[in-house]
Amino acid sequence: MHNARDLVVDSVTGVDLALPVAGPGARSYAFLIDWLIRAILFTSWYGVAALLYNRRWTFIAPMNPDVKWFVLVVTPAAVMYFLYHFVLEIAMHGRTPGKRMAGIHIVTRTGGSPGVGALLTRNVFRLVDSLPLLYGVGLVATFATRDHVRIGDMAAGTILVYERPDVVLPERATAAAASSERALRNSDVEVITELLMRWPQLESEARQHLGAAILKRHGVNAATIDTELRAQLERLLRGAPT
Amino acid sequence: MNTNSRPGAKATSSPTATSNPTPTTNARDHALEFSLLQRAERWKAATARAQRLAREPASDLADATQMADDYRLLAHDLARARRLIPDTRTREYLEAAYVRAHNTLHRTAWHPGYALLNLFRDEIPAVVRWLTPHILWATTIFILTVFAGYWMVHTYPDVIGLFASPDLIATVERGQLWTEGILNIVPSSVLSLQILTNNIVVSLFAYCAGFVFGLGTLYILGLNGLMLGAVFAFTGQHGLEAALFRFIVAHGCVEISVMCLSGAAGAAVGEALIRPSCGSRSESFRIAALRSGKLLIACAVLLVGSGLIEGYISPRPHLPLWGRLVIGIGYWIVMIALLKGWFFRRATPVASDATTHTRAAASFPTNPPMSRSREHRDVSAATVAARPAPHAPAPRAQPRDRSTREPR
Repeated sequence: MHNARDLVVDSVTGVDLALPVAGPGARSYAFLIDWLIRAILFTSWYGVAALLYNRRWTFIAPMNPDVKWFVLVVTPAAVMYFLYHFVLEIAMHGRTPGKRMAGIHIVTRTGGSPGVGALLTRNVFRLVDSLPLLYGVGLVATFATRDHVRIGDMAAGTILVYERPDVVLPERATAAAASSERALRNSDVEVITELLMRWPQLESEARQHLGAAILKRHGVNAATIDTELRAQLERLLRGAPT
Repeated sequence: MNTNSRPGAKATSSPTATSNPTPTTNARDHALEFSLLQRAERWKAATARAQRLAREPASDLADATQMADDYRLLAHDLARARRLIPDTRTREYLEAAYVRAHNTLHRTAWHPGYALLNLFRDEIPAVVRWLTPHILWATTIFILTVFAGYWMVHTYPDVIGLFASPDLIATVERGQLWTEGILNIVPSSVLSLQILTNNIVVSLFAYCAGFVFGLGTLYILGLNGLMLGAVFAFTGQHGLEAALFRFIVAHGCVEISVMCLSGAAGAAVGEALIRPSCGSRSESFRIAALRSGKLLIACAVLLVGSGLIEGYISPRPHLPLWGRLVIGIGYWIVMIALLKGWFFRRATPVASDATTHTRAAASFPTNPPMSRSREHRDVSAATVAARPAPHAPAPRAQPRDRSTREPR
């Protein structure tokens, strides 16, 4: 049922949850988009603020930069660049614009949304993942590990999984829901099935008694002939007129 | 009524039906499938509720309870769909709805104020207690490397070239400290910003470098210790050690302590990899990283204060030594108070001494890795069970070990 690359989570309901794990390709794609957005934000802010600060057509930092230069130009741009992932992952529940475009998001090993601590740890470890350059360590880790996680994900206990696409319910499901026909209850289905499967082993009297009881619950008069009674039950199970 | 006219007409035979292709089992699956499909409206309602509650909190208790009921409904129906109609869009729809409901139900409630209070009142003191052996070892290593650096430069003066820049060496050889007149070049605010940014990055790196089995942390601690000792020895050779001490003492007490703290956090991460104590190596690493990482938040806060002192107070030439000592020691006591959780003590004691100890341990998922004893494990587990849960999350799901997964 599940793909070998799925993260399978046992739920308290007893029905497991399958989350398809994102590989290095999807991760890199998301990272590149995010990097582009960060770069655009950084350069836009720096450019506009530097122009306003310098009051002339130059982006170069002054020889002796004052507090205003750092507070208005450098710090906001640096914050946008370095805290981009952390802030957006908290605000968007484990997503960033890049991840959203790549169709992936961060979850914990239990399939839930990661907390602030996990996201902070995950992002602090970018210091290691980005070594020696171009996220070398992180990229190698995503190729080498079974769940395609980088060091930061290992530390935070997070994993990137694909979003499940929105699926539209098929027509027949909608039609079944709108149908005026009353479906048999699951328990009735099981009882009728059991009766039909044990039909040869049961005494004729017992078959008559059980069959009549079931048919009576559905407002059907039971036939007295054994073969006819069985046919009635089969028709009831199939949903055909009894 | 003809079977084929039914909206839920059978499209895919179930695995059971395939293995026992009797008319009875086919009809049974058929009936079950039709019964399943008739619940489509409830799935839609459950999906809509999950989407709404993912965006906004539940309006009342009934709304929240209904979400839990929806989760069970979807789980039940998905299990049936996986067996009866495995390769259909209906199953895909249910899979997506189930994942969405799971995410909504398992989303941790986040209350920033409470989380911060809890962090500084309970969690950081617990981490400090857990890391005490690591802190002692990191401090010992740092002190030893300071002495080693001092001895090296004292014995072989030319070695200073390994630790200090040519400009710094030239300045000291002229009989001046490089810190003199620093405010004439850079304003205090800018200096503070540069210093605190640098210090925070070094601290974070000391923590992360623990990933290399603790060797990276050892390297950063050792290098900083050697540099400090070497520079003291070098300035001592030119009669400037008192001036350097005057400059350092106001901010250095906390700055150096934070270096040891972040080194201890990194060492804990390294230790978890060298000798895992909580399940597998990766699990142990994860737990150690998440636990010790909390201390880094306190370290960052302390380094902001330290940077401000270094930018605004330390370079002031007319501030007397006693004033610097008061600031340095006073800020160090503040650091101790922050790490011990004294600032945010509970108004009324809620537990005995033993319970207080274990309440802190309750913030950890398992026993501390420094101890493998059964007693520790039992205490932690018992306390977790008894922990008051003002914002208790929904029951946690468990990831399944894929190596033991049953083939389907």
